[in-house]
Amino acid sequence: MRAWLQHHGLSFTQTLGRLARSPFATGLNVLAIGVALALPFGVYCVLGNLESLSRNVSVDPQLSIFLSKDASKADIAAVEVRLKGAEGVRAVRFVSREAALVELSRAAGMDEVIASLRQNPLPDAFVVTLSVSDPALADRLERDFKALPKVAHVQADSAWVKRLDALFRLGRTAVMVLSGLLGLALVAVTFNTIRLQILTQRDEIELCRLIGATHAYIRRPFFYLGSLLGLFGGLAALAFVLASLAVLNRDLVQLTVLYGSDLRLRFPNAGEMAVTLGSSVALGWLGASLSVSRHLR
Amino acid sequence: MDIISLRQVSKRYPGGFEALKVVSFAVEPGEMLFLTGHSGAGKTTLLKLIAAIERPNGGTVLVNGQNVSAMRPAAIPYLRRNLGLVFQGQKLLYDRSVFDNVMLPLIVTGQPYREAARRARAALDKVGLLPREKANPVTLSGGEQQRLCVARAVVNRPAILLADEPTASLDAAYTDEIMEMFSAFNQVGVTVLIATHDRQLIGKWRKRVLTLDHGKLQ
Repeated sequence: MRAWLQHHGLSFTQTLGRLARSPFATGLNVLAIGVALALPFGVYCVLGNLESLSRNVSVDPQLSIFLSKDASKADIAAVEVRLKGAEGVRAVRFVSREAALVELSRAAGMDEVIASLRQNPLPDAFVVTLSVSDPALADRLERDFKALPKVAHVQADSAWVKRLDALFRLGRTAVMVLSGLLGLALVAVTFNTIRLQILTQRDEIELCRLIGATHAYIRRPFFYLGSLLGLFGGLAALAFVLASLAVLNRDLVQLTVLYGSDLRLRFPNAGEMAVTLGSSVALGWLGASLSVSRHLR
Repeated sequence: MDIISLRQVSKRYPGGFEALKVVSFAVEPGEMLFLTGHSGAGKTTLLKLIAAIERPNGGTVLVNGQNVSAMRPAAIPYLRRNLGLVFQGQKLLYDRSVFDNVMLPLIVTGQPYREAARRARAALDKVGLLPREKANPVTLSGGEQQRLCVARAVVNRPAILLADEPTASLDAAYTDEIMEMFSAFNQVGVTVLIATHDRQLIGKWRKRVLTLDHGKLQ
């Protein structure tokens, strides 16, 4: 047991020494692994930020109901009654076409456009706020309201949230695919590095076999090498991502000051960093294991 | 009981070359003997069979009562820890010091570092290389390198010492030196088997001689 521990310590320090003795090759390997890992991890972080950002935007489930131009006061009142009576509706607000025009003209740069109009092109409308954010409910009400007399068009204002959600799902899938591919790249890099190392140390390996080294003894330093490459590569990836986020944040601060908001990219938390490091070590170990079983019989 | 025993051993290499043809002999514990024959007679092959570097195609090889020819691969390292091997073509590691070369067998077998260092220095002292312990083996002369190989082979205190042409590249003075060393180990009970084609050497040392001729024992 003590001999076993002694050898573990020895292989570990020897492997570290070996890495330190060829700093350039080690640096390039670590860089390759770091970049390969930084890509999916960075995309993951940015995606996480965008998602939490989109959640902050208040998305009261709303439906806008536009009436046809020929709707009379009585028609409007009838529609209002039906809207208020519908199940799942919290509030109904009437926006007359005149009010809508005034609101529109307040938006920057629109006055001239509106002044040039000979008549008000806007319809009367209702804005209906739903009591719960339930896509199924919104869909059902949208269909119901469309069927009301004198209703020209119903628009679900939460539709873009759904689209955004679908986009994020796509993004998450992309991160998974990217992680898978670049994880493979990491395995390939360690596999090849360890193949080279085995070739370089062929004499020593052969000699160790002749003087009674066990199979485990001979393989051990290579497992350490793979895991250490993974660890350093993972640390490099974290450094890349954190540095990029810091730079982005600096620019973002300038941007958000102009818009009077306080928007900041969140840094990955300890758990996420640990998972990244852990998987990077595991992939390095895997590459070493494949290489050793292939090149050291 | 015999420490080494070969019974009807044959070895044929892939491609059909028959290196050994039905060889049988036995070595008693504490014996020192020579194995000789022309180049290609099968001396190296025979040593390789004893050290389980090669496996025979027929017959059994017993070392210390263990059947080496049918040994599980996982057991072979433990057999080799009982053997001191002096190889043809030296196999020294030139990326580390003389001292570290001798340390290697002790590290491999998991000796505590302090004890290992003590034994490595004792072995270097025995072959007269202690003053050179920090040197790189490249800077040693041929004779010194060969002595380093001997130190590395005996540092683990093996029961058996197998030497393959240990004096091949050495002049007469170095040859005597190395042989004196082997004799000294033999006197403390180590079984020594030396493969050599040097007839002069064999004549000088009056020990049992096994002669191989085209894979057959004479």
